Amino acid sequence: MTARTLESDARGGIPRTATFRDPQIEMAHGAGGKATRRLVETLIAPILLDRAAQLGDAAVIDVGRQVVAMTADAFVVQPLTFPGGSIGTLAVHGTVNDLAVSGAVPKALLVTFVLEAGLPGDILEAEVRAIAQAAQHAGVVIVGGDTKVVEHGKADGMYVTTAGIGIPDPRACLSASAVAPGDRILLSGPIGDHGVTVLLARGQVALDAELRSDTRSVWPLVNRMLAAAGAGVRWMRDPTRGGVATALNELAQDTGLAIALYEEDVPVREEVRGVSEILGLDPLHIANEGQFLAVVAPDYADVAVAALRATPGGEQAAIVGEMREQPTGTVIACSSYGTTRVIDMLVGDPLPRIC
Amino acid sequence: MKYVDEFRDPRLIQRAADEIRTLAASDRQFRIMEVCGGHTHAIYRFGLDTLLPSNVELIHGPGCPVCVLPMGRLDAGLSLAADHGAIFTAFGDVMRVPGRGGTPLQHKARGTDVRMVYSPLDALEIARQEPKRHVVFFAIGFETTAPSTALTIRRAQDLDVRNFSVLSNHVTILPAIKAVLDSPDMRLDGFIGPGHVSTVIGSRPYEFIARYYRKPVVVTGFEPLDLLQGIAMLLRQMREGRVTVENQYARVVADDGNAAALRALDEVFELRTFFEWRGLGFISQSALKIRERYATWDAERRFNVPAIEVTDPVAAQCGEVLKGALKPHQCKLFGRECTPERPVGALMVSSEGACAAYFGRAARQGAAASLAAAGASR
Repeated sequence: MTARTLESDARGGIPRTATFRDPQIEMAHGAGGKATRRLVETLIAPILLDRAAQLGDAAVIDVGRQVVAMTADAFVVQPLTFPGGSIGTLAVHGTVNDLAVSGAVPKALLVTFVLEAGLPGDILEAEVRAIAQAAQHAGVVIVGGDTKVVEHGKADGMYVTTAGIGIPDPRACLSASAVAPGDRILLSGPIGDHGVTVLLARGQVALDAELRSDTRSVWPLVNRMLAAAGAGVRWMRDPTRGGVATALNELAQDTGLAIALYEEDVPVREEVRGVSEILGLDPLHIANEGQFLAVVAPDYADVAVAALRATPGGEQAAIVGEMREQPTGTVIACSSYGTTRVIDMLVGDPLPRIC
Repeated sequence: MKYVDEFRDPRLIQRAADEIRTLAASDRQFRIMEVCGGHTHAIYRFGLDTLLPSNVELIHGPGCPVCVLPMGRLDAGLSLAADHGAIFTAFGDVMRVPGRGGTPLQHKARGTDVRMVYSPLDALEIARQEPKRHVVFFAIGFETTAPSTALTIRRAQDLDVRNFSVLSNHVTILPAIKAVLDSPDMRLDGFIGPGHVSTVIGSRPYEFIARYYRKPVVVTGFEPLDLLQGIAMLLRQMREGRVTVENQYARVVADDGNAAALRALDEVFELRTFFEWRGLGFISQSALKIRERYATWDAERRFNVPAIEVTDPVAAQCGEVLKGALKPHQCKLFGRECTPERPVGALMVSSEGACAAYFGRAARQGAAASLAAAGASR
């Protein structure tokens, strides 16, 4: 998470009242759910960030005459490679997507490696090549970085961090404070592919499924949506760790509104549903690396979905919910048979390290 | 998805809900206990309670393995890792249960070798891969999971893996139901019988509930339609004045259960004289210990596991909630000191626990009303 410093918002800002009381750091603090949010909001942000800063996917700052978007992301996934991608491709797409959903055209990346002594050279080379290829595909240049090596046993092969810079797209006028009741919630495609693929790739569950990580740049989709309906797009987020449920809860809390989620309209592949049923996971809590959520004004929603569906990789885009006035700060799933349930943020850590 | 989608069909669900409303149309209250935590989870996951008329009340029973696990057993299990350098393995459900020294995950964060497994066979596999370490599998669950523990112990014997043992906390469902029925605060009208446990033990063992306690039982599956049909079957029995054990889940549960699983259980386990249930206290003949002939794989025999008794926080009212005497939100700690993220009592830990399932319900009830008013229910 990074701060949007240019945006001033009377409703938002970082809460200062709470203090971080957790005695130690646990895996849940890195899982992207409630504990992560508490760590960032009550310890890291109050000390490091400007009081008016808003937490978002990228910071938008004024450097001289140019406004730029900046973000950074770290990758500690195990295993290093999995069907559909690897730590290298994730490292590019994670940062590119944080820029894209902030309404910025991704431009350049810095890449830093933390390598464990003993890592085979060919594995590192494969990841460096994966980074080069993913960057070329995503239309960003790698402009530098750093390399460090730690003792054997002190890191799982390799960790990668990327920092990215992008140029805010004039067609995007995102502002969480503009989100209003009646706005529609769009989802770019099926959820849970990444989290479930990585879980199965770890080989701890004796299940097989024809699944691939969805890791990709979402910029082509965002680009087409902004072209078709830019004026109506108010908010975007890529639902990575913590999944769609966590991203929507953050939206509900940040806007002080409610979200009605039409659960049956959320696209989920059969394989992901099956594995989730067997393991007792909720696809809404599972990580994605190539999807995004958008809040779009009602008059623009159909155009925006049509634009996504007409773009390769966006065929299953759907309207999955809408903003409501009440009950504030809550995500409610509505079923087609008339029942409702509260969708909470991810609590704890349902899965091993996935990004 | 086969065997799932047909049991989530909106039209069939509506029809079942209508049937329940017709059957329950009277001025009396129907108090039905779903024994199994899996049912509690499904009821809230699908919001089924919102489909029931207000005089049909669901009470969440003791069939949540994590919820009835006494804190002292967890501390004893973790002490094997701390004092004997063992690798502590358990299902994910156990990982967030607080013991006196914190949850297994908190122990792990401090460096204890705690590993989550999806099956006891995975724990045995760790023992084979790390022959110099001892691996303890912290076994929990009812008759549903106990057979896989039994088979794992037999496999350890077949493969002669001696650096592996099981700390058995397996419990049996019938004494727990009996404890609820014998409780003075008991005001139940019928039981939704556990689906998964019954795949092993069958539906016959519940007959004493109908015969001696005069309460109807319907063994039920876990999909929305299953549960609504199960409730309708109970209401029909009550309406017609019948008291019997019926099986809604016949596509999975046989009357006599699974003979192979029962044989494995009997071969490896025997009943303990007493076992502590969190919230319910000591119940006789209610838990499984490993038989003498498998002593090599019994952590209690190998390590002289300390009998740690830990009392629950005084303010926590887990026992009353577990017996259905209190609703979760009536507990003094509910939603304040005790939340799913920072659970005090185990009922708040597992998504099968009554309190965790109940959490957020108040918000949802307000939500349902305002969404309906706004025309958002679809």
